[in-house]
Amino acid sequence: MRESPCTLQTNIPLPFEILSLQEESDLELPLMQSCVAAGFPSPADNYLEDHVNLQRLLISNPSATYLVRVRGESMIDARLYDGDLLVVDRSLEAQSGQVIIGVVDGEFTVKQLVLRGDVFYLQPANQQYPPLKLTDEMDFKPWGVVVWSLHKIKRNL
Amino acid sequence: MKKLFALVDCNNFYASCERVFKPKLEGKPIVVLSNNDGCIIARSAEAKALGIPMGQPEFMTRELVKQHHVKVFSSNYALYGDMSARVMQILATFSPGIEVYSIDEAFLDLSNLLSQDLQQHAMKLCQTVVKWTGIPVSVGIAPSKTLAKLANRMTKKSGEKQAVAILQDTKEIEDILARTKVGDVWGIGKRNAHKLAGFGIHTALDLAQASDAFVKKHLTVVGLRTAKELRGEPCIELEQTPDSKQNICTSRSFGNPTTNLEHIQEATAYYATLCAAKLRRQQSCAKVLTVYLQAYPFKNKPAYYNSKTIMLPVATNSTLELIKYANMALKPLYKKGYRYKKSGVIVSEICPQANAQLPLLDTIDRSKHQRLMQAVDSINSTWGRDTVTTAAQGVYDQEKRPNPWEMKSMYRSERYTTHLNELLCVQA
Repeated sequence: MRESPCTLQTNIPLPFEILSLQEESDLELPLMQSCVAAGFPSPADNYLEDHVNLQRLLISNPSATYLVRVRGESMIDARLYDGDLLVVDRSLEAQSGQVIIGVVDGEFTVKQLVLRGDVFYLQPANQQYPPLKLTDEMDFKPWGVVVWSLHKIKRNL
Repeated sequence: MKKLFALVDCNNFYASCERVFKPKLEGKPIVVLSNNDGCIIARSAEAKALGIPMGQPEFMTRELVKQHHVKVFSSNYALYGDMSARVMQILATFSPGIEVYSIDEAFLDLSNLLSQDLQQHAMKLCQTVVKWTGIPVSVGIAPSKTLAKLANRMTKKSGEKQAVAILQDTKEIEDILARTKVGDVWGIGKRNAHKLAGFGIHTALDLAQASDAFVKKHLTVVGLRTAKELRGEPCIELEQTPDSKQNICTSRSFGNPTTNLEHIQEATAYYATLCAAKLRRQQSCAKVLTVYLQAYPFKNKPAYYNSKTIMLPVATNSTLELIKYANMALKPLYKKGYRYKKSGVIVSEICPQANAQLPLLDTIDRSKHQRLMQAVDSINSTWGRDTVTTAAQGVYDQEKRPNPWEMKSMYRSERYTTHLNELLCVQA
């Protein structure tokens, strides 16, 4: 099998564990809330848990994570729509099957990376767009791996 | 214990930041302009090769720029600052000790890595930074900070681009020192180099081999530390906790020279706002405020510069108070008939917020001010700088009523990582 064009040779072990440093969390949603009835201690008090932190859910490696915006229709069958926000992690290795941000001839594109036989393709998710075969002569560079897509349901908010 | 330091430097940092989000510019010449699009403050390797000099005024380079299709950018500090913070966070995972030395440089303490394979560790660092951020870095490693700086220079000098240079071997260090001009040593500078030349000291090696007494006499203890560092004795420790700033200055050239007091007042109010926000960020207050105003020579009038300093009744970090006093200081500086180019606000005698003394008779409800400022800071941190501003800064609209004093930044790229409506767009 051909080696993925997207793997960097980084198999040297680190002497330190890489920790994510920044955990800014302005956005915290209470996971459990109970009304307090005067006089009675809430029976739920013992079960109070931590808050759900959207930031932490969406971004596991802040220094390598970037938000980008989708423009175009080629990925609609993968539910990536025009105007959606994508959470992109540059620290991940792009692998077959993943949706990635790539740079083709200096232009950004979002597509699924697919391995067929020993050839990699940038595969759209819309029948009207053809897949792009990745050849050695081509000017292609992986930029990051898409880990979340944020699609706003209520548009008029 | 033997010490080991690394100096990590981002290659052509500003140009590299622009390239991360515009990969089309890979291999193309890029220059970045100073505030107000005045002169060139950063160049890509390609622009350096074209012979575009650092610091040259923008208008003098227009021909070269056109001829070679050089891409010109206004400085985009929102982007550079964010990318710098990312790089520093990554570096911090490679060493327990880090000193952020400038926006694009950091010292790391690698002393505990003596037994590890240094080369591999440093290579891994470079690969991680470039993969996670797209910013290429180079690393110089040596037994002292001054030598690490030199080692880092080696990575740039060497014909074949290597990202890592390690200076450990005594013989090798001597060789390099003999080939380095003393003026290129970290902390020596042109004036000292000139002075040293008078004593026959031309290379870094000459300085390293000079007697302690001689160096101390002519370069003080600071120079002696440098000489010892060149000998491989570490004397300059990592500064890991940045000092709170002793004074804060915000000054900018106006987008266009102006004769209008109102515009100058608005701009000055804005600079006071920025000073106040910085004070609050480091949880301190200022006791003294200085405003200065500067004009070009115009018609028969010479250039003009004047400043006024006010002792504040109470140390403060309230935007509203600082604007009030800045305006008080500014008014007497203004004289009719000048074309003003720049004003600035400096706050000094800075003390921790908790130590700010209250006067007996205070007419200001300070806790109310404080709550208001907290609300403003929190809105501006959520929705972006300048979402809530004071009316004293004037109200402008990019399309309908453009701001006359705002700095020019005609060629600024998007603030990709800090503004939701300027994110990178990718084609689906």
